[in-house]
Amino acid sequence: MSTCTVFENVRLIDPASGLDKPGRLLVRDGVVVGYDLPGSEGKPDEAEIVDGQGAVLCPGLVDMRVEIGEPGHEYRETVKSASRAAFAGGVTTVAVLPTGSPPIDDPAMVRMLRFRGEEPDYVSILPYGALTKGCQGAELAEIGLLSEAGAVAFTDGNRAIASARQMKLALTYAQAFDALVVQHPEEPTLAGGCATEGELALRLGLPGIPTAAEAIMIARDIRLVEMTGGRLHFGHVSTGEGVELIRQAKARGVRVTCDTAPQYFDLNETAIGDFRTYAKFSPPLRREDDRLAICAALADGTIDAIASDHAPRDPDDKRLPFAQASAGGTGLATLLGVTLTRYHDGTLSLSDALALLTCRPATLLGVSGAAARGGSRPVGTLVAGAPADLCLFDPDRAWQVIAGELPGHAQNTPFDGRALEGKVLGTWKNGRRVFGGAA
Amino acid sequence: MAEASSGGSRFFGPSDRHLLGIQGMHPSRIEPILDLAESYALLNRSRKTPRDLLRGRTLINLFFEDSTRTRTSFELAGKRLGADVVNMSVAQSSVNKGETLLDTAATLNAMRTDLLVVRHSQSGAPALLAQKVDAAVINAGDGTHEHPTQALLDALTIRRHLGRLEGLTVAICGDIAHSRVARSNIHLLTSMANKVRLVGPPTLVPRSMASLGVEVHHSMETGLRDVDVVMMLRLQKERMSGGLIPSAREYFRYYGLDQRRLDLAKPGALVMHPGPMNRGVEIASQIADSDQSVIREQVEMGVAVRMAVLDRLSRGGRS
Repeated sequence: MSTCTVFENVRLIDPASGLDKPGRLLVRDGVVVGYDLPGSEGKPDEAEIVDGQGAVLCPGLVDMRVEIGEPGHEYRETVKSASRAAFAGGVTTVAVLPTGSPPIDDPAMVRMLRFRGEEPDYVSILPYGALTKGCQGAELAEIGLLSEAGAVAFTDGNRAIASARQMKLALTYAQAFDALVVQHPEEPTLAGGCATEGELALRLGLPGIPTAAEAIMIARDIRLVEMTGGRLHFGHVSTGEGVELIRQAKARGVRVTCDTAPQYFDLNETAIGDFRTYAKFSPPLRREDDRLAICAALADGTIDAIASDHAPRDPDDKRLPFAQASAGGTGLATLLGVTLTRYHDGTLSLSDALALLTCRPATLLGVSGAAARGGSRPVGTLVAGAPADLCLFDPDRAWQVIAGELPGHAQNTPFDGRALEGKVLGTWKNGRRVFGGAA
Repeated sequence: MAEASSGGSRFFGPSDRHLLGIQGMHPSRIEPILDLAESYALLNRSRKTPRDLLRGRTLINLFFEDSTRTRTSFELAGKRLGADVVNMSVAQSSVNKGETLLDTAATLNAMRTDLLVVRHSQSGAPALLAQKVDAAVINAGDGTHEHPTQALLDALTIRRHLGRLEGLTVAICGDIAHSRVARSNIHLLTSMANKVRLVGPPTLVPRSMASLGVEVHHSMETGLRDVDVVMMLRLQKERMSGGLIPSAREYFRYYGLDQRRLDLAKPGALVMHPGPMNRGVEIASQIADSDQSVIREQVEMGVAVRMAVLDRLSRGGRS
């Protein structure tokens, strides 16, 4: 028997199709049928009605940079607990880094994660394939077989490809499969520290990482892309110098893209306070001028997507002296709220902010609309025929982030105590409600 | 020691003393060699080879790199024409400096060698020797540069089966970047008005190879469509350990020749391979052993072509 849901009294925003108007959305059997404007006649009998009370209904968010604990670190988080955090943040699709244990360098691992994400109660999973075997940076992984199994892009996670020759080979080889290579832009021989090199690190006695470590790697890799004609994406860029290099490269037509994460446009290095390990990241939080440059790059389109950079950590991974503590923070549940800070301060329009969280990452990963790669369900859009992955949120409703009370298992948020405007009211995957009660 | 100039001495002809490569060789010089080789192929089958043609001549197989097949082929060719054949295998480590190579040349001159078949891991080594020795030099494979007799034997095999050597579409598949066989074949086939497609992963077939007047394909499915000839190349193990491809299984999955891919070529398309084959890596066993495979005939034509080359070069030396 077919099921039917009508979302009424909502502001429909679909950046992929340029839609931004009040209306209602019809979903049947888990698929978007279409939308119409307020007052239109014709509502299917027995349709379930969801009254949005004027809130925004947009595509479920696509988070292109997520670690989950499975496989290998289930004590940190599982697909199940990560799904709770994702749905609470309006996220319906996550691209999972291949750096679990074992690393995702075998087609069977890719298929396993894909299948997990197809379960109705779990967030959809787009696995990255390892770029090199074991994410060790030495030998190419089986990019072709991994692509065929469903890997959406290739990276060694937070390990930069240190060797220029290896990166050249990867960019060259990946072209046969039109595969996207994703780099952690940090020159590893300069990245031995744990905080941004400068006055604060000096005062705290922490080993520093120069911001140039990012620029050097980006500059090198841009040159390699120009040499090979490959396709490269820089994950979580964090410096003004880095985004400027990418801006210039894009202007020359070089095939490079990038994303950033909320901590790099909402926090600066002072968040580490007196050795606050929940604010320890890789790359580290930067100075205020870098944060402002990231905001500007979001506004002018240099940055293609915002990813949560969700990295669940056990308290034991963080309750260590700063330099020894694990880097990374949770981000799924706070992704939308923190991103909307840039809407509320006028940096981004609401539609542009949502584009960075929906259709643009979907496009980068090859799963947008009609262009979805073979086997992938199209995500990040409300066009007719797309799976009804939906996020209903009130952009003005305030809430406070409290570590310990976040949905999901991991609680290591750098935004603890932060007041945010923009609360998710409901999340749907394939038309079925997976988060939220009455709007 | 003779100081032959490099200009005008590479190819067959009244003044040609050596066979160093196919590049720049005019079809009018290739066809007579193939015609001569054809006659030697027939004589070989009837076991009526002229065993006195090179009587009193000395042929040295000077191999700085192991190659049992090519060396044996030249040895047989020389012996069937009556030459005194000597095999010299030289340890690579002792001759990897140019000066030592020239010392070798001086030694060979002192031995009054007539024909010198040279294989070397360095591109250009036979050309260097050719400048310093009195003998006619035949390049039996130098680095990633050329392997001219392989291209000639491939051409003869194609011509025997398809009746012509122009207007064909030939796909050369595999590790083109490091293949001297591929280079010689590209030069020969393009000079004779054939279309050549290079097929392989981008790490082994760079786009820049299109500058050789060929099409570059990174997909077997597009590269093999409607071709007359499929030439497979051997994938060397070091290409995997060097990181140019991830694994043998991935290579076979995307670039191995199996029945499904061969079906994309013209019906009856020839399947060729210079050997030795890695079955299950670049070619499926059933294809290697199929009726479309002419791999064994390539070996047979190899002896005939080398006889023709030795014949022509020895005549050139006498004239």
